[in-house]
Amino acid sequence: MSVVAINTQVDAHVEEVHEHHEEQNFWRKYVFSEDHKTIAKQYMITGIFWAIIGIAMSVVFRLQLGFPGINLSWLKPVLGRWITETGTLDPNFYLALVTMHGTIMVFFVLTAGLSGTFSNFLIPLQIGARDMASGFLNMLGFWFFAVSGVIMFWSLFLHTGPAAGGWVIYPPLSALPQAHIGSEMGMTLWLASMALFIISSLLGGINYITTVINLRTRGMTFSRLPLTIWAFFITAVLGLISFPVLFSAALLLIFDRHFGTSFYLSEIYINGEALPNMGGSPILFQHLFWFLGHPEVYIVLLPALGMTSEIIATNARKPIFGYRAMIASLLGIAFLAFIVWAHHMFVTGMNPFLGSIFMFLTLIIAVPSAVKAFNYITTLWRGNIIFTPAMLFSIGLVSLFVSGGVTGIILGNSALDIQLHDTYFVVAHFHIVMGAASAFGFFAGIYHWFPKMFGRMMNDTLGQIHFWATFIGVYLIFYPMHYIGIAGFPRRYYQFTNFDFAKSYTDLNMFVSIAAIFTFAAQFIFLWNFFYSMFKGRTATLNPWRSNTLEWTTPLVPGHGNWPGEIPAVYRWPYDYSKPGAAEDFIPQTVPYSQTPESNLPHETALIAEEEELGEINLNDQFRTAH
Amino acid sequence: MIYFLGILTIIFLVMAIVVISKMSGVMRGVNATSENAEPVANNKLNGVMWLVALILGIVGTVWSYYAAKDGFLPEASSPHGRRTDELFWFSMALMMIAFLAVNILLFYFSWKYQYKKGNKATYYPDNLKLEIIWTAIPAAVMVVLVFTGYRAWTDIMSDAPNNALVVEIMGKQFGWMTRYGGSQDDKLGNYNYKLIDDNIQNPMGLDFSDEASFDDISHVSEMHVIKDRPVALKIRARDVLHSVFIPHMRVKMDAVPGMPTKFWFTPDKSTEEMRAELGNPNFDYEIACTEVCGRGHFSMRMRLIVEDEASFKKWQSEQQTILATVLQSKPDYIARIPENLRAKAMKYAPAAPATDSTTVQTGAVTASSASLK
Repeated sequence: MSVVAINTQVDAHVEEVHEHHEEQNFWRKYVFSEDHKTIAKQYMITGIFWAIIGIAMSVVFRLQLGFPGINLSWLKPVLGRWITETGTLDPNFYLALVTMHGTIMVFFVLTAGLSGTFSNFLIPLQIGARDMASGFLNMLGFWFFAVSGVIMFWSLFLHTGPAAGGWVIYPPLSALPQAHIGSEMGMTLWLASMALFIISSLLGGINYITTVINLRTRGMTFSRLPLTIWAFFITAVLGLISFPVLFSAALLLIFDRHFGTSFYLSEIYINGEALPNMGGSPILFQHLFWFLGHPEVYIVLLPALGMTSEIIATNARKPIFGYRAMIASLLGIAFLAFIVWAHHMFVTGMNPFLGSIFMFLTLIIAVPSAVKAFNYITTLWRGNIIFTPAMLFSIGLVSLFVSGGVTGIILGNSALDIQLHDTYFVVAHFHIVMGAASAFGFFAGIYHWFPKMFGRMMNDTLGQIHFWATFIGVYLIFYPMHYIGIAGFPRRYYQFTNFDFAKSYTDLNMFVSIAAIFTFAAQFIFLWNFFYSMFKGRTATLNPWRSNTLEWTTPLVPGHGNWPGEIPAVYRWPYDYSKPGAAEDFIPQTVPYSQTPESNLPHETALIAEEEELGEINLNDQFRTAH
Repeated sequence: MIYFLGILTIIFLVMAIVVISKMSGVMRGVNATSENAEPVANNKLNGVMWLVALILGIVGTVWSYYAAKDGFLPEASSPHGRRTDELFWFSMALMMIAFLAVNILLFYFSWKYQYKKGNKATYYPDNLKLEIIWTAIPAAVMVVLVFTGYRAWTDIMSDAPNNALVVEIMGKQFGWMTRYGGSQDDKLGNYNYKLIDDNIQNPMGLDFSDEASFDDISHVSEMHVIKDRPVALKIRARDVLHSVFIPHMRVKMDAVPGMPTKFWFTPDKSTEEMRAELGNPNFDYEIACTEVCGRGHFSMRMRLIVEDEASFKKWQSEQQTILATVLQSKPDYIARIPENLRAKAMKYAPAAPATDSTTVQTGAVTASSASLK
């Protein structure tokens, strides 16, 4: 039959191709790799590197805030002239620290580090693809990120210091070098770095979207995709639409800084000089920035939520509750994410009518978010829960998401935001709901997929200790911060001693700082575990978590092309855990319904007829082998 | 407090010792959890930890509120402030219900449904009715919050009443300046940023071709307002973004270079009354900056004095007009004033030239003594 003839031709062709396949050199294999798994690890290591720097910065400024007047001379070897003769932290550098902490954590750690690692690693493996749609663009994406990181890192060592206008870099402060030393070369490099970073994000995002749409294996319909993939896919769409707007905001700022334009500047007198700029508006920048800025927080959060769905279902041995509702809520959150940005701008002086509109839209977004939280909890109900470190972090994520989310509802109410805007109440809110929750997603993902990345197991006991120390630590840091915010303490203050209303809570600030130091220290348990296990961890089994998704059907450490032979077909959704009648408490996606008559639901029995045809289709795997 | 810290330190040290002692045992390569009943090491311990964390968490939540509430701001000194505070605590109460309910269920289920050998999880993939219920209830709560918030917001953002005292406050690196329309015309004169000149004491860029500017007064460290009379703040900035924050009044509005903003409020508790109420004779209402503006962002303090009308008028009359200060600093500035207004402006000129910088200008014209004739 013609089918057989074609197959032999294909086989012969494959043999030829194999003979010409040379071993890649070191640079192509490990540095400029186009393999999504290697690129994922590059993002992961880079993300961890930046996380250490970003969190260390926060410890330094928490020392300043918790222990006013503390002698920081011991930091002079590292911070040089930023520690004065008397051992105090330079107020200019304090602002640089909080700015860089925000920039590094939001963009480098939680966007590139989180999405870059897990979208890259998991998308081809979980949808059943050999690699990303374009390995070349993927490689470029990482290297744009690496270069942007080098530039940002360089800016830390400038004589005038890095950017220091807050991570939001509002003009005119960020547009005028004479307004702050951080707005000199530090700001220029920040903008250059972010321009490259945005390009990197866009390259990655385009790849993720294309791959998910085009390269799913046979039988992997959208309604059989793991929620992780849904989350990564929607996150990539969010990024694709919103990052270019930040790019334009940054570009206009570059023009104002260097080419005499007045997009954001008007009627400014500074340092004895009345500037000629007229007609611009700082509010324009804020609109453009937050048009990215708000979707950005969902770009940070959604991948973590997606991974949590997977990890909770696997470790509770139950399907994720409400799969369709979870998808609908992801779509709802993504859509609404684009139309709530000005809740960051209630007291900027914009038309109050806008305030009403954005309050209304912002409070709506709480609804799909709540649905997700309830679904996670119902997934735990009547489960048989296994507390792997990944599971602990996933449960912790749900707790943080809800705890931080409810204060978002307070802040989204414009009347209440008048008092709370730019106070520590906001700081507490976003650290819990975005910072900590996504960091927990990052940890959960590493603990869960470490065996697939390295073929070894991390140590469970150390992971559990790491979790409890971090979980308790995070709550001890940020829960009290709400009180500090309610008392009116403003953000980005070097010290609080200039105001009577901010003279209280010295003990509380000290407590927060101690908790921060403690939590930072606890991360070294993870670092030890992570690097040690990479080389000396006990060898993993093929499917250590007894999970249903496709990545566990590859060899222990998958090579190029992921599956050595044909990519498996998919016959069912990924959540058949503890199915009544089934032999085991999990049924991988690759098991046809024809093989599980004892547990099939009626509508599934009807699908058996189609399964044979499924075997014949082959749109994405023409050689039926990795090569 | 110090005891709490001590306990925390001890807990930390204990955990550190536990970790270190476990490291060596653990690094010897513990074998895969064999046929003991635990699917992963310490599963039961972790299960119990969720319960312990739940109890400690609830205790901590409740205790911390009572421990911290003394540090909150006193009751708001403006009607809109008391309204938003009420709305805040009402909303927080709703949120606390959600916070506690969700976290209790999460932690409790984690403990209750921990792995037990021989147990089978319940295959329960969906329930549309449940989804609808827990979509509808949050949506209903949101409707309540939107409605109440919208009412409060539109009231607060409404136009200032006609009898409001108009006060201009301008932010700059690194302080505030207030300006009043003067006791003659009660009207703020025009300004132009190009006229700003710190050297001749015109930091707010007053335009003296507008005769309404002649009697304007300004202050660099105080804002005075009248108890029970609405205050219409006209807010601007001359260099970068700042933000006017009056915590006791629950007032906040950004100061934007090139785009004047506004906020009105009614101070209904005088400084004296607050001093008596708080038992603190040194209490002062304060104005702070809440938009990062550079090195001195944390030190932009202005005192707000709320007093009765007589005291306010007395204070106002004691201030030297801006025009007088400018002319004192640069007498030939008079030439820049349009000819038809020069005569009137001359009335604001200091009577005698300054012999040294410390001489009080007794002859200088103050806001109250200049006549319109």
